[in-house]
Amino acid sequence: MTVPGDGERPAGDAPLLEVRDLTVHHGQLRALDAISLQVLPGEVYAIIGANGAGKSTLLRTIAGLHHPTTGSILFDGQDVTGRRPERRAMQGIVMVPEGRRLFGSLSVQENLQVGATYARPGPWTIERVYEMFGWMQERRNQLTAQLSGGEQQTVAIGRALVANPRVLLLDELSLGLAPVVVQRIYGMLPQILETGLTVLLVEQDVSQALRVASRIQCLLEGKTTLEGRPADVTADQVEAAYFGLAGAAPAGRPGEGGEP
Amino acid sequence: MAWVNAIIQGVLVGGLYALFACGLSLMFGVMKVVNLAHGDLAVVAGYLAIGIIAVINIPVLWSFVIVVPLMALLGYVLQRTILQGALDRSVLTTLMVTFGLSVVIENGLLQFFTANSRAIGTGLALVTGSFTLGSQIQIGYLPVVIFVVAVVVLLGLQYFLSRSKYGRLIRAVADDKEAAQLAGADYRHVFGIAAAIAFGTVALAGIAYGMYSQLSPTTGTDTILLFAFAAVVIGGLGSLWGTLLGGVVLGVAQQIGAQISISDEVLAGFIVFLAVLVLRPQGLISRGAQS
Repeated sequence: MTVPGDGERPAGDAPLLEVRDLTVHHGQLRALDAISLQVLPGEVYAIIGANGAGKSTLLRTIAGLHHPTTGSILFDGQDVTGRRPERRAMQGIVMVPEGRRLFGSLSVQENLQVGATYARPGPWTIERVYEMFGWMQERRNQLTAQLSGGEQQTVAIGRALVANPRVLLLDELSLGLAPVVVQRIYGMLPQILETGLTVLLVEQDVSQALRVASRIQCLLEGKTTLEGRPADVTADQVEAAYFGLAGAAPAGRPGEGGEP
Repeated sequence: MAWVNAIIQGVLVGGLYALFACGLSLMFGVMKVVNLAHGDLAVVAGYLAIGIIAVINIPVLWSFVIVVPLMALLGYVLQRTILQGALDRSVLTTLMVTFGLSVVIENGLLQFFTANSRAIGTGLALVTGSFTLGSQIQIGYLPVVIFVVAVVVLLGLQYFLSRSKYGRLIRAVADDKEAAQLAGADYRHVFGIAAAIAFGTVALAGIAYGMYSQLSPTTGTDTILLFAFAAVVIGGLGSLWGTLLGGVVLGVAQQIGAQISISDEVLAGFIVFLAVLVLRPQGLISRGAQS
């Protein structure tokens, strides 16, 4: 395993990805309400929250699949709010979508090849993915429908990695997978981070998110209810922020939403 | 012997039908566009060839070299503009837009070329010549050449879709265009490429049809589009070999019908088409068998 130099990373604590006052509507429904966050280079930032809290909408908006009503998204200091999703992917914002979304009529290898078509130069190649997951090479000619859920999720991550993202967006990796499989998939994270990328993930499984993240943010009905380092927040605070219980005292960013 | 002859002629003309059908099938498979102007585009290509041959007086075969790329370019441009605009609204809108396109093309052709039917005169021995098999079966060179070209084009298309970078992207976008975007692919560009292939193949088929038979401004909808639909449905959507099989089955059914009574030619083809729709709606070779 080589650890590539981080010459192209912004220096110091300049955020690699920054979201400012992002508001997104689905029709009449306000899915996100003035969300802000800063993801620093090399960190794992987790968005937690219940179903329908707006987590996936946030990630999809960052990837360019939804258009915000107001607010902006900055990547490496550049405003990318108006850019198309494929442009953002080529610049290094690559998402592993919820539900894996592999190309069903393509083989494992072809899925990876599509991921590598518009890749930035970088440490990840299809060979490297095969090195990391030996089984994938053996089964490279199979259709992805013949794989188990966990294997499909791994291929989906591989497809994103071969694009050599600078920030990897992971949407609900644990969805529909057995806990032991989820453990194994999150167990790969350190190896991935070693190559110098930054991760922004969305997770319904709070304990999993708290375990891997350097910072977390909790969403409830499109608003931020908690933000901080996993070590600095108590279980009670997380519970209150997650379910929106009255009297919750948001840590890290007081006075920001919380009430229904 | 007359029956064997009918079957051979049917198989040969089936290659042409498959060539008509493969673009229709590709556009539906990739962007869910049912292109009701598909047949008219074949006729446009035929008339373009007639026009070019008349104006600059080149050998007939050169018209392919000019018209096919021209139509492919038109396909890319139309897809990126009008068709993409319709797709952004809804799939149903594309149906209305291509229907409108069909009406505009037909009336435009009537205006410029009148309602008279025309053939692409080649003056080549290849087109008029034939050879005999046994004592009674006479096979024209042209249908054989068209059949071989159709098979070669379908083989090439199959190879392109399964092996090339853009072929892979076309299949990926057909599966999930949003996931393809996340991989950096501009699906609108990929759609444009698929449309260019569809327009190119139908242009090739249109010129070939003009040599084989006759073109009039309405041939596109009353013959080509219907035969292409029938071939796609009989063969099964999404499979190029299914399309070839569909074209061949349609051609054979028509020739056998013609053998019974010349007025039953078209009817026999559509009876087989209906029978397949009822008994095997997914087509003889269903999707998924392709890869």
